Order: sequence, then structure tokens, then C-alpha cells
Amino acid sequence: MQATVDWAVTLAQTLWATFFDVVPIVATLFVFQVLVLRRRIPNLRRVCIGFAYVVVGLALFLLGLEHALFPLGETMAVQLTMRSQALGGAAQAVGLGWQHYGWIYVFAAAIGFATTIAEPALIAVALKAGEASGGTLRPFGLRIVVAVGVAVGVALGTFRIVTGTPLYYYIMAGYVVVIVQTAFARRAIIPLAYDSGGVTTSTVTVPLVTALGLGLASMIPGRSALIDGFGLIALASLFPMMTVMGYAQLGAWWRRATRRALG
Amino acid sequence: MRQSLLSFARLILNAIRDLAPIVLVIGFFQIFVLQQPIPNLADIAAGLVLVVLGLALFVQGLEAGLFPIGEALAHSFARKGSLTLLLIFAFTLGFATTVAEPALIAVAGKAGETVAEAGLIAREEAAIDAYASGLRYTVALAVGVAITFGVFRIVKGWPVHHFIIAGYFVVVAMTPFAPPEIVGIAYDSGGVATSTITVPLVTAIGLGLSTAIGGRNPLIDGFGLIAFASLTPIIFVLAFGMLG
Repeated sequence: MQATVDWAVTLAQTLWATFFDVVPIVATLFVFQVLVLRRRIPNLRRVCIGFAYVVVGLALFLLGLEHALFPLGETMAVQLTMRSQALGGAAQAVGLGWQHYGWIYVFAAAIGFATTIAEPALIAVALKAGEASGGTLRPFGLRIVVAVGVAVGVALGTFRIVTGTPLYYYIMAGYVVVIVQTAFARRAIIPLAYDSGGVTTSTVTVPLVTALGLGLASMIPGRSALIDGFGLIALASLFPMMTVMGYAQLGAWWRRATRRALG
Repeated sequence: MRQSLLSFARLILNAIRDLAPIVLVIGFFQIFVLQQPIPNLADIAAGLVLVVLGLALFVQGLEAGLFPIGEALAHSFARKGSLTLLLIFAFTLGFATTVAEPALIAVAGKAGETVAEAGLIAREEAAIDAYASGLRYTVALAVGVAITFGVFRIVKGWPVHHFIIAGYFVVVAMTPFAPPEIVGIAYDSGGVATSTITVPLVTAIGLGLSTAIGGRNPLIDGFGLIAFASLTPIIFVLAFGMLG
């Protein structure tokens, strides 16, 4: 009973807060539609119902997040590190090297790959890119390549948390690779590759991966959640740019090579 | 009525499809690798139901109410009217959609909690909320600026990568001067700024523009707005850490 009351109170508070989160969008659309363009809002009743759905949906999602996605990410980090530390001899958890945390990297890569390959925003972008490229980019190939990029990014991010190396170095090295690839990439592929970094991490994946990183940082001796725990999302957004440009470059090279072999 | 029920069922299925890979991967690891149960499984299951319901309602509301107007506005401002008005619209839309972005609310909240646990701000709900809101409005401002600039770039036809690479240099140059505790949060905020609400509306502006301006390739000009919106939040949040 008490639990139900707690949920209800939290839901009411969350509803109140999300109402104000959605107000700016509604205000923007209203001001530009009615005051600037001087047009009526079509289907006003539908729009109002839609607005109510958005507020309620956002509140339920945020509530569910606290009860499901955050605890899941944290639990996985805790259980996987405890297992690694138990295997490596829990007494010397302090002295355990990065190579003892293999399952963490495997889990991180699996979560990154699985969530990205099924990501609707990416499917839409891949289809559009396939059309716009006139068939030289295969949508499914593009999705695989982006998913591999996210998998590598998240796995490398967990490795960084385990070793406690600064995020700055990884990002800098990544930028250098992206810049070099950009210099050699076809001009048409560049904006697509850059965008693929931003669209790949979905609303469901981000909270889970964030909790995974923070949980991991709190479990590894000598790491601070604040300094070391963030950064998984950053690397997951960086690597797809490299793999997408790499895919296009490999494809171009392959076409040249086969044409030469045939002709 | 029947149609909206059907479309809601479709959205529930979509939300389940979003969650399915996570549940599958975690289930696999629990059964084959860890071989131990998840604590509070009932609570987590209830939470997952809320996530599915919430996400489905949220997207249903966006598709029924906000996206049609937003997309129509994006097209009409892209096609005609003054550049100034288009830029103001782009800024406001980028800012407003980012404020309501669920992934950003989640990460900003976690950042607030983590900063409070490290003792940098007071360990009270009010202080944590204030920090999280500050972070979110900073990111929203950054996305607004990014979309405005991105639209200006499309109108002028400037290549996207020059600005992205310049942005990288700014990020790399700022980081050593930023307090170390903000760096991870700043770099992550780039990836979470654009998602469920922002991407469809911003893409509508980009594609509307590149079809409205003749002689442009939508592959080159339509894309690239999101890339800016993933970069400027890093710069703005680093600055937020340096000033705060």
C-alpha cells in the first residue's frame, strides 16, 4: 500500500515537472503558427490531446527509468565486476589489471551492437541514405557498420573506465582519425557519417549505458564516478563516424579493385 | 477511434522492439555468464512496463499533435519568407525540443546526483535539480545555436566538415582549462542532445531547405544539422563548467 502511494506521489511530481519541460515546444509552435504566420492551428483538439499524451508519456517514461533502466545498468556493472574480481581473487581487487574484466567489455559491446542495429532512427536514416546515394550505399550494410562502431565505442569506454585513463586522450585520438578520414572521404558521405554519430544512441539506450558507466566506476578501486564514470555515450557517438567513412572508403576501393581485375 | 487504438498498438510494439535487444542481451548474460538473479526483479519489470507505455504515449502524442505542425512550419519557413525569421525559428525549435528530450533529462539528473555525491554541490534535492536544469538549458542553448548556424550554412552552401573540424579544435583547446569533473559530462552531452523529438523536426528543416534551394544534393545539404547539434553542447557544457 505504502509503495503504491509512493509511486502515485512520485508520478504526480514527475507530471508537474514534465509539464514545464514540454511548454517551450508548445509555445514555439503556437507563436510561429498563430502570431507570425497568422494561421489557425489545424485540428486544435487533436493537438491538445497530443500535448497531454506527451506530458503523461514523458512522466511515465522517467518514472520507469528510475525503476528499470538505471537499476539494470548499475546491476549489470556491479555483478560483472564482482564476478571478475572473484575470479581474479577478490582480496587483491585493487591490483587487478584490465585484462581481468573481459566480460565487461563483451557485455558493453553486445549492448552497443544490439541496441543500435534495432534503432528505428538509424533504420530511417539508412534507408534515406540508400535512396539518396542512388544504390551505392546498402542500408543494411550501413546499419551493421554503425552498430559495430557503437559496440567498439562502448567497449573501449568501459576499458577506459577500468584503466582510469583520461577521456580527453581517446577523444583527441578519435578526432585525429576522423579528420584524416574526412580528407580522403567522398564529399557526399561526410555529412551522413557525421550525423550517424548523433542519431545512434536512443532514448532507451542512453540511460542504461550511463548507469553502466557510473556503476562500473564505483566498483573499480581508485575510480571516481564523477571523473571516470561518464564518457561511454561520447565514445559511442564518435566511433560510428569512423566506421561509416571506413565502410565507404573500403567500398570504393573494392569497386576499383574489381574493375581493374575485370578490365 | 479504432485507428488511433491501432496506431497506439503499433507504438507499443515499437517501444517493445526498442527494449527487446536490451532485455535479450541482459537475459543472456544473467543466464549464461553470471548465473545469478537480478535483485528487485518485480520492481524492474514494473519499471520496464512504464518505460514501454510512456515511450509509446510520448511518441503517439508527438506524432498526433506536435510533428505535423512542426514539420509544416519547418517547410513553410524553409521555402519562403525572410532568412532572419527562418534563423529565429531554427533557434527556438532547437532550444525548445532539446529541453523536453527524455534522454537529456535522464543524463542531466544523473550528472546532478553524481556531482552532489562528490560533494561539489549541496546534497539536497533542490541543489541537484538546479544543477540538472542548468545543464539542460545549457545544452538546449547549444542545440539552438547549432541548428541556427547549420541552417545558415545550408543557405550559404558552405561544406559541413570545415566547421566540424574547427569545432573539434575548440573542444580540444578548451578541455585542459575546464575542471576535470565536467569533461565526461560535457562529452556525453553531445550524444544525448538530439534524439526522439529533435531529430525528426530538425531533419524536416534540413530536407525542406535543401529541396527548396535549387541545385542542391539532399545527401550533402540535408544531413549535417545533427552533427552540429552533437558538437556545440560539448563546447557549451565545458564553458558551463568553467564559469560555474
